[in-house]
Amino acid sequence: MSGPPTLAWRNLLTLAWRESRNSRRRLLLFMSSISIGTAALVAIDSYAGNLVRSVAEQSRALLGADLSLTSRQPLSPAMTRWLDSLPVRTERATVTTFSSMALVPRTTGTRLVQVRAVSPAIPFYGAIETEPAGRWRQLQGGRNALVDQSLLIALDARLGDSLSLGLSRFAIIGTLRNVPGDVGIATAFGPRAYIPDRYVAETRLLSFGSRAEYEVQLRLPSGSDADALAKRSRPFFQAEKVRSRTVRQTEENLTKGIDQLRRFLGIVGLVALLLGGIGVASGIYAYIAERIDTVAVLRCLGGTGAQVLAIYVTEAAALGLIGSAAGVLLGIATQFTLPLVLADFVPVDVHLRLEPSAIAFGLSVGVWVAVLFALAPLLAVRRISPLQALRRDAEALARRPLWRDPARIATGVALAASIVAIALQRSARPRDGIAMILAIGAAMVGLLLSASLIGWLAKRVVREGWPFVVRQGVANLYRPANQTRAVTLSLGFGSFLISMLYLVQTNLLRQISFSSEASQANLALYDIQEDQLKGVDSLIRAAASPVLQQVPIVPMHIAAINGKDVTVLSKARPSWALRREFRSSFRDSLVHSEKLLSGRWEATPRGAGNEPSPISIEQGVVKELGLVLGDRIDWDVQGVTIRTRLASIREVNWARFEPNFFVIFPTGPLAAAPKMFVVMTHGDSVAQRGRLQRTIAERFPNVSSIDLSLIQDAVSRILGKVAIAIRFMALFSVGTGALVLFGAVAASRRQRLREGVLLKTLGATRAQIGRIMLSEYAVLGFLGSLTGMVLSVGGAWAFVHFIFESPFRPAAIPMLAIAIGMMLLTVTIGVLSGRGVFAETPMAALREA
Amino acid sequence: MLVSRQLTKSYRSGDHQITVLRDVSFTIPDGSFVAVVGPSGSGKTTLLGLLAGLDIPTSGAVLLDGTDLTALGEDARARLRGEKIGFVFQSFQLIPTLTALENVQVPLELRGERGAAVRARDLLTRVGLGDRTHHLPAQLSGGEQQRVAIARAFVNSPRVLFADEPTGNLDTTTGSRIVELLETLNREAGTTIVLVSHDLGLARRAGRIIQLSDGEVVDDSATEPAVAVS
Repeated sequence: MSGPPTLAWRNLLTLAWRESRNSRRRLLLFMSSISIGTAALVAIDSYAGNLVRSVAEQSRALLGADLSLTSRQPLSPAMTRWLDSLPVRTERATVTTFSSMALVPRTTGTRLVQVRAVSPAIPFYGAIETEPAGRWRQLQGGRNALVDQSLLIALDARLGDSLSLGLSRFAIIGTLRNVPGDVGIATAFGPRAYIPDRYVAETRLLSFGSRAEYEVQLRLPSGSDADALAKRSRPFFQAEKVRSRTVRQTEENLTKGIDQLRRFLGIVGLVALLLGGIGVASGIYAYIAERIDTVAVLRCLGGTGAQVLAIYVTEAAALGLIGSAAGVLLGIATQFTLPLVLADFVPVDVHLRLEPSAIAFGLSVGVWVAVLFALAPLLAVRRISPLQALRRDAEALARRPLWRDPARIATGVALAASIVAIALQRSARPRDGIAMILAIGAAMVGLLLSASLIGWLAKRVVREGWPFVVRQGVANLYRPANQTRAVTLSLGFGSFLISMLYLVQTNLLRQISFSSEASQANLALYDIQEDQLKGVDSLIRAAASPVLQQVPIVPMHIAAINGKDVTVLSKARPSWALRREFRSSFRDSLVHSEKLLSGRWEATPRGAGNEPSPISIEQGVVKELGLVLGDRIDWDVQGVTIRTRLASIREVNWARFEPNFFVIFPTGPLAAAPKMFVVMTHGDSVAQRGRLQRTIAERFPNVSSIDLSLIQDAVSRILGKVAIAIRFMALFSVGTGALVLFGAVAASRRQRLREGVLLKTLGATRAQIGRIMLSEYAVLGFLGSLTGMVLSVGGAWAFVHFIFESPFRPAAIPMLAIAIGMMLLTVTIGVLSGRGVFAETPMAALREA
Repeated sequence: MLVSRQLTKSYRSGDHQITVLRDVSFTIPDGSFVAVVGPSGSGKTTLLGLLAGLDIPTSGAVLLDGTDLTALGEDARARLRGEKIGFVFQSFQLIPTLTALENVQVPLELRGERGAAVRARDLLTRVGLGDRTHHLPAQLSGGEQQRVAIARAFVNSPRVLFADEPTGNLDTTTGSRIVELLETLNREAGTTIVLVSHDLGLARRAGRIIQLSDGEVVDDSATEPAVAVS
């Protein structure tokens, strides 16, 4: 493809620049299809870059210490000794986190809160911002509390009110504005309340079985290596069931998370870029079809195939550069709006600034994709014969068979390799990249097939009896140089994405509609001690509510499996399941959120005395521990060993917010063990449930309650926010689809102009020509988006079925609404950008044609 | 010197072989003004395409200054056209997006020559369009467009100029002026001109007429000294 040395670059650029004179706007429109994809990549990469940098800058403040040690149990004597063995200048602080009911006596509002009892040194690094400012320093001054703004709203409280936590009362002295390391959305389930740790005992909330997290934060003397210390002490921490975190680990984990976010959102950018590429290819194809005469003349005047190709490739590259540069600007602007949709999901204050590497990457990928996609149709100019200048040949753009055209093969290979390379670059694992390409490829092949089908059907379904304008409109779908393929692809993909996101979201929400269809429970009370059960029961009945479920909970650990001690097993094969505290229950039957997978449900222990009790374990735990039916498991229940045998394996639907357990015992063996209870009840209204929660909180401060409908609202809100973030990204591909559509209409404008003029000369009115366009775009838009819908059902089903392992239900009416919306968009864009055609007078149009 | 040696051009159309030119042979000395005439479908345009190296014959050869065009590859023929051949078409074939001046510059620019603008402006002045150099083709009349095309054809100082029905889209008076212009340039620059036309009156202004019929040369003779056609 090397041109003769005589064609200087300057001449080439000049010729290309002049040649494009009348079509720059149109070419720019084709190339702008690339802009949105580029914008998405630049915005995402820049934002991710900013995030990573902010995390690195704030990592010490995110952890608040050099080393953090967390346990489910209070400090053991061994742990205390370990802490005492640290260098003298090591500073120590503690945070105890637990859930509790908070009550504001003035308004009688109650709400489950996440209590964080902190010692005075917290935080060692960074600052906790409050409203009014500076209240953090006053927290330790007495029985004070700093809470989330959302708690004040929920309890109808204000600063100065007292807040009851257990048996103690605290004055609300301010609200939390920013706690480094906390993700905004996390407070949706439980607002935070910070109190000084010396008053924890007064609350009497940390009784038997209460779930609490005990964290020790350390500031090491300068020069100490927290990572080395954590690494050295890992075996000890494991034995003590203590989790350690250092600044570097925090940073690494966050960076990994950000990278995943970047890759996930990057898929959208890639899709938009590919759609844009298709728009470029189809636009350039139509453009070249118009340029046959010019190319033939250039060839007559001595231009070689390579020279002429170089002129057009230069045009494409220059405009691709402008299109990508516009994309970069759009991307930078978007980068500044991303925090609005993502702020709730990130744990740091993001300091926004330009990321040169993201800009350079976006720009070069944009130009590269634009040129490669343009090259596919541009290669045809090499084959335009100079004889075309003498006589027009209908087969002017006829190509050689692909296998005899090395340049086309090379372009195809480069295109495919580039797409795969970009996909791989944006996936965590090669497998994901390949899966992504296959999925996108499958959707595109589906859409292409559907485009061919639309053309094929259009040819066959048109009947003589149809109105002329409809026949003409439908005929436009298969006439030469039609844009059916480009429009079906771009629209179809846009609607495919939107509809699939919608379906996945609604299906997930339906999964979490845990109003317990069978039991109608909507209020859960937990942490009920055995001796409180009767009292709670009578309070519920006094409130005219039913006791729907009364579930005992016994905390326990695994002591041995098949006679092998857990410490031995842990060394051989470390597993979370060997270390965790199991909160197990006992009952005589399965509940409706469970399904027996194998074995036999044995409600009562066979025999007596020394026979191990038959238990049922959830399949995930079975897999994690590598258990098989019949295995013997010994449990440590508050120091007492209980011997069991794995009798059945269950599947549990955890998405239902009901008391579900990994391990279920038969009634009997645990009867004597210390236990607590969860009680499920029902209240008709929020007010009734609120009253019941208040009564119970006043009488039994350690008992927590959750209004499940509030949780459902919170989940909906979170999913809604996630959906907004995803839809925001989906807008990129819809935007590209719209641009491709604009480009497609512009590409066939000249042909339409000629046809319109001919029709007008033959007596067609402007309204008739308008209606022809209307029918064409209506059919195209509807069928294109319908194809997208059908594909989206397949995609969403696969997503819900394979990833979330849930049953799938399509939503016909909303999807139809999306299809109609896309059709209207198509018609609007088609008619708007083609309005010149039917507004043109025959004379003016003839001159242009 | 331009030599046509037993040129034959056939096309396959379905099952049929159609021969458009059959054994056409002649020699055109340098500096001649030759007209190729014949009715529609006689093979004039095909012959012109072969002589100019736009197409290759089924058999036979075309020699331009001793170089066999049929032995050259596509790009080599393109370069040779750029150096030695000029064209004037019936439909002018100006590049619509380029101004008159830029259209004339193109052949020089394709060869990477410097001073293209000066030479192009000079030629446009000679064809009487010195004041319209920055007009786009759509802003020029048919006669003006053809004059731009002639200027473009001469900008390379070609050895041979092929004119395919150059007056076909023009009125008689304008057409006559165009032919006069071609004559002048032929005389002054010594360029060989091969004019293809079905207009015998126009053809008579050439020094020699080659008449084609059904793809064969039926007459090849010198004309009377040129007579002005009204």
